[in-house]
Amino acid sequence: MTQAANPFYHTPIFRLAGDRGLLMELGNVIDPAINARILYLTGRLSEVLPSGVEEIIPTYCAVILIYDPITTDPETLIPRLTALNKELNDQPLTAPCIVELPVCYHPDLGFDLAYVAKIHDLTPEEVVEIHTAPLYPIYMIGFTPGFPYLGGLSERLHTPRLSSPRTHVPAGSVGIANNQTGIYPIASPGGWQVIGQCPVKLFDPHREDPILLSSGSLLKFNAISLDEFRALKEENL
Amino acid sequence: MKALKVISPGPFTTVQDRGRFGFQSLGVPPCGMLDAWAGGLANLLVGNGPDAAVLEFTFMGGQMEVMDKFCLAVTGGDMKLSINDRPCAAWATHMVQTGDILRLGPVHSGCRTYMAVTGGICVPDVMGSRSTYTGAAIGGLDGRILAAEDILERGQGAFPDHSRALPEEWIPKYLSEIVLRAIPGPQDDYFETETFFNAAFTVTDKANRMGYRLKGPVVLRKPEKPKSIISEPSLPGGVQIPEDGQPIILLAEQTVGGYAKIATVISSDIPKLAQAVPGDWIRFEAVTLARSHEIYRQKAALFREIGKAGLGVKTYAAMGKTFFSDPVFRQRMERYMIQI
Repeated sequence: MTQAANPFYHTPIFRLAGDRGLLMELGNVIDPAINARILYLTGRLSEVLPSGVEEIIPTYCAVILIYDPITTDPETLIPRLTALNKELNDQPLTAPCIVELPVCYHPDLGFDLAYVAKIHDLTPEEVVEIHTAPLYPIYMIGFTPGFPYLGGLSERLHTPRLSSPRTHVPAGSVGIANNQTGIYPIASPGGWQVIGQCPVKLFDPHREDPILLSSGSLLKFNAISLDEFRALKEENL
Repeated sequence: MKALKVISPGPFTTVQDRGRFGFQSLGVPPCGMLDAWAGGLANLLVGNGPDAAVLEFTFMGGQMEVMDKFCLAVTGGDMKLSINDRPCAAWATHMVQTGDILRLGPVHSGCRTYMAVTGGICVPDVMGSRSTYTGAAIGGLDGRILAAEDILERGQGAFPDHSRALPEEWIPKYLSEIVLRAIPGPQDDYFETETFFNAAFTVTDKANRMGYRLKGPVVLRKPEKPKSIISEPSLPGGVQIPEDGQPIILLAEQTVGGYAKIATVISSDIPKLAQAVPGDWIRFEAVTLARSHEIYRQKAALFREIGKAGLGVKTYAAMGKTFFSDPVFRQRMERYMIQI
């Protein structure tokens, strides 16, 4: 496939995910245009909410509907989805919102910062500079509550996973795995190269909005000092 | 009000309700009772609504002290319930009193056992559910498995005016050879599906609420297809085929998967899987979407019938019968059971 190829399928592909799931796939590549359409489609679906649809889950290039088989079925849903998608073809997309998150890239918190710098023949400062430069698109949330799947990591920082995962990666850790970068919203085992930590909670079940980030936003990392990190941590945001 | 004090909790005992719905797009899995059929019947027996929380025991029960009078029912895997060392029937209600000692032993058949109490287990509601999600430490008791000395509270609820029991023939039999009905896809076009639907797989010891890893003949990927897919949400029942060709059935605590899924176990058969233990044999039987929806409707109708009969309990009690022994009702149940 050439770079210029249209990432969209000519017509969407529908796939069954069991007796309660229907998947509508618009393409099969990680592509900002497809993801933007998926998120727009998700928004429209949430507004019109076809009867019997219980959950609408956007992904990189597909949207999954969970439905109640007593109320509806794919035979009813597919024509509606197809029509809705056609309707969206000409719609201009709204500008995404930008979320800025503070990250402390101190070696006490970014356990693997020195390693990542070394294998790319960079200084830790250069790693931070490269990592904080882009606006990362959030393609999808998943895996653990609030975990953002980000696009746009600079090739200069692509780094393989740890050969053996850590049993405990603290909540807020910012990591790199191959061509991906992301933040661990909750403490969990993990094999990503940890280069820093964000003091803001991405997931707090007791907050009105338990999940801080949402698909479709752009994420910007801002470097902060260890002192600033501690101060923000105290605020318990 | 206080209901139970945990003396010994068992290896993995959690508070679960129907599940935490509406947050899968944010990475929060549904959780909930893995065998919703058995757990739902436990609630029905004690007279609870469908949203009440129950205890889910895995492999082995535990010991608890009753702190106040209430009605309980134990369903699911057979853990030989005893009250004050007196053996008591499962799939039946029992009134218990302050100071009674409840004991559930190792599981004799099945894997997971449910205990419903009058009013349901009361813990704070987190994002619309009481279900424990240990992965993110939310729901249940501080998001964790039960520990000795824990005190469990229960909600308000009326006690049934007589004991109820599910007749023997309606009690599910948990066999060590299990047939799971599954709909091919979402990515069945990636694989040689013939091997998958004709082979028998064994359940490995890597089996928990997140998923069950199986072992058996290697399911071959078509050579032209990629090793993995762009990560996409996984629904309970999705059967991933990783590179080694050994299936993993995803369950209630995973929201995204990066491997292609050859088939998805129908929601009506998840309870059968929830009762499988390492060493059990699993076969997959392909069903059409239409057939799966027919099964879904029949199961829902059967559950409703049981519920309706439960509401008529006073009339039946006056007639000196328990509702499950009503001949007309039983005939209807039989019809449903044969179809399902």
